[in-house]
Amino acid sequence: MQTKRLTPYLLILPATAFLAVLFLVPLVQTIWLAFSQGNAPSMANFQRMVSDLNFNTALRNTFLLTLFVVPVQIALSLAMGSLAMHIGKGRETILWIWTIPLGISDLAAGLVWLSILQNSGYLNSFLYGLGLIERQQAWLTYQTPIALFFGIAMAEIWRSTAIVMIVIVAGMNQVPKDFNEAAQVFGASRWTRFTKITLPLIRPALQSALILRTVLAFEVFAVVYTLGGRNFPVLMGEAYTWQNTNQNYGVAAAYAVLIMVISLVATFVYLKAIKVDPERLP
Amino acid sequence: MKITKTTSRLLGGAALAGLMLAGAAASAETIFLSTQLRPLEEAQAMRGDILKGVPDVNYVVEEPPQFPIRMTAESQTGRHTISLVGALHGELAPLAERDIFMPLNDLAAELAAAGMPQSVLDLGKLGTDDQEYIPWMQATYVMAAKKEALEYLPEGADINALTYEQLIAWGQAMKDATGAERIGFPAGPNGLMARFFEGYFYPSYTGGVVRSFRSADAVAGWEEFKELWSVVTPNSTNYAFMQEPLLADEVWVAWDHVARLKEALNVFPEDFVTFPAPAGPHGRGYMPVIAGLAIPQGAPDVDGATAIIRHLTQTDTQLLTAELVAFFPTMEVDLPEGGEDGVSLLASAVSATQSAPDALISLLPIGLGDKGGEFNKVYMDTFQRIVLNGEDIAATLAAEGDVLNALMQDTGAPCWAPDASSEGACPVE
Repeated sequence: MQTKRLTPYLLILPATAFLAVLFLVPLVQTIWLAFSQGNAPSMANFQRMVSDLNFNTALRNTFLLTLFVVPVQIALSLAMGSLAMHIGKGRETILWIWTIPLGISDLAAGLVWLSILQNSGYLNSFLYGLGLIERQQAWLTYQTPIALFFGIAMAEIWRSTAIVMIVIVAGMNQVPKDFNEAAQVFGASRWTRFTKITLPLIRPALQSALILRTVLAFEVFAVVYTLGGRNFPVLMGEAYTWQNTNQNYGVAAAYAVLIMVISLVATFVYLKAIKVDPERLP
Repeated sequence: MKITKTTSRLLGGAALAGLMLAGAAASAETIFLSTQLRPLEEAQAMRGDILKGVPDVNYVVEEPPQFPIRMTAESQTGRHTISLVGALHGELAPLAERDIFMPLNDLAAELAAAGMPQSVLDLGKLGTDDQEYIPWMQATYVMAAKKEALEYLPEGADINALTYEQLIAWGQAMKDATGAERIGFPAGPNGLMARFFEGYFYPSYTGGVVRSFRSADAVAGWEEFKELWSVVTPNSTNYAFMQEPLLADEVWVAWDHVARLKEALNVFPEDFVTFPAPAGPHGRGYMPVIAGLAIPQGAPDVDGATAIIRHLTQTDTQLLTAELVAFFPTMEVDLPEGGEDGVSLLASAVSATQSAPDALISLLPIGLGDKGGEFNKVYMDTFQRIVLNGEDIAATLAAEGDVLNALMQDTGAPCWAPDASSEGACPVE
């Protein structure tokens, strides 16, 4: 009897130990690094971070990018998911093609878009071929912030919409077919069925997708770094620069803590804002 | 049949195990840790060609930020694995201050007799009486231009004695003719633009680096630099290595580290010319980059390490190093001139720089310890604020000067050339 009660705890013990060693310890170390200076508690790193030249720009850019990219991705994924639900034959193939970008690393995705958008890239060659431009046009410089923003946003959307779509398609698969059929019998339009039946029923999936994507959007780095370099500072990029180029681990840790806090707040907001019935939770 | 297969597999396994055992037995090799020649091709050239003939050497590379951590850890725990280190002057200096290296005075005397200039050897003393490291190889920064850019060179300008005014006129002429900015700088995240300000711009315009940071000369210099930037391609803030935009024909005239231009010059040597960086009112600032070899205190194989140093400082090896990785000799060696390859092109620019009558040497920062990154940041932030964001020059220099002063006070680093020497921390005047 006694052993039986202990079994579940014994089974999760390795995973818990693993998490403690490889996740909790570095987490505590990072927090201490951020809130200390010369082994004494101090807010100096945060003061340094907030007063830095690029802090406000990085904060603004990260939020702008998240606020633009995440809604576009959710809308796209809902559209793609609905389309996929209506396809009979070849559905698997289409889903498979849509998820190809998932298998590509952030850095590689950035490089793909760099080869399109750089001066001697495909876009310029294409526009030149059509006679629309006379010479190479720069899209990714500090002088073209709007083109740079859309370039980065496009690369991000291309790279990571698939993960949202997978979660949403999984949610849509769980919506019972008879609901839709019943609504159809009563003459509900396609839009009404989507807003009144599908959307409310995929709430748990939507919530997971939003949390996942938003947290990842706050951590955006490689794509921005490849396309924009220093021209488009984001929070994660600043953390990297402080750690690697400026070699100040304290300020880098302060950035890491800030990103963590923002992610936690965003998760909390989604958990509160999108109500999910307890019985529909997995 | 089946039995034979199994047997052969077993035999293969036994042979492999035997080899591994033999490897373990022969592991009394000398470990040579280096922050230089890290890229795969350079490390391969080092292992396969440059270190050829040296028995039992294991060439291991390390990223610069990890290097001091590893060296300090070995020194503190007393568990030494590394017998020889190769790193930049600025990377070795803070470790030497903590007494991590053994003095190499006898070896230095030997090399002085063999033809290493005393001025170069003295760099390895780091201002002490002992030889902390042996100068191994050197590099610097030069300019490269495509030959088609030469027709826009302002009249009467000598490419080997260019001034910043002439560079601006040159850039303007190219912009007028082609409709695009054709000068490029490596001002991207991995570019070495900070070194341009520390070793070229500031010495040329103010005669100093730290002391004169916010002088009237500096204000005038930044005004002229803004003018220069109007003919520099805006893509510059994305560039890391200038060889790529030169090869892509995006840029016609570029400034960069010799190792970061080498590829373009090697591929199309007949398409390029190389020349020294321009001169300002105070002379032609230039920054030599010295890499040195040092033996840690408590190294397991001092004899092996000494043998490697002797090998690497031999005339033939030094010439081979220049040929393969474009780092130039520290020994008094004549480089083969007039060749058609990239390395001879670079060598001619290096010697034109060193022998320029108005040359003004600016050393790599010394004594900043792990604050080197933040020192660079002061110059890059100043650039970003004045040139990219268009902030007021005097106000920016005043504010960033305070940051620089605090940094110097914090580290206590004394002035280095071309700043006049100081008692204690180098002041921002």
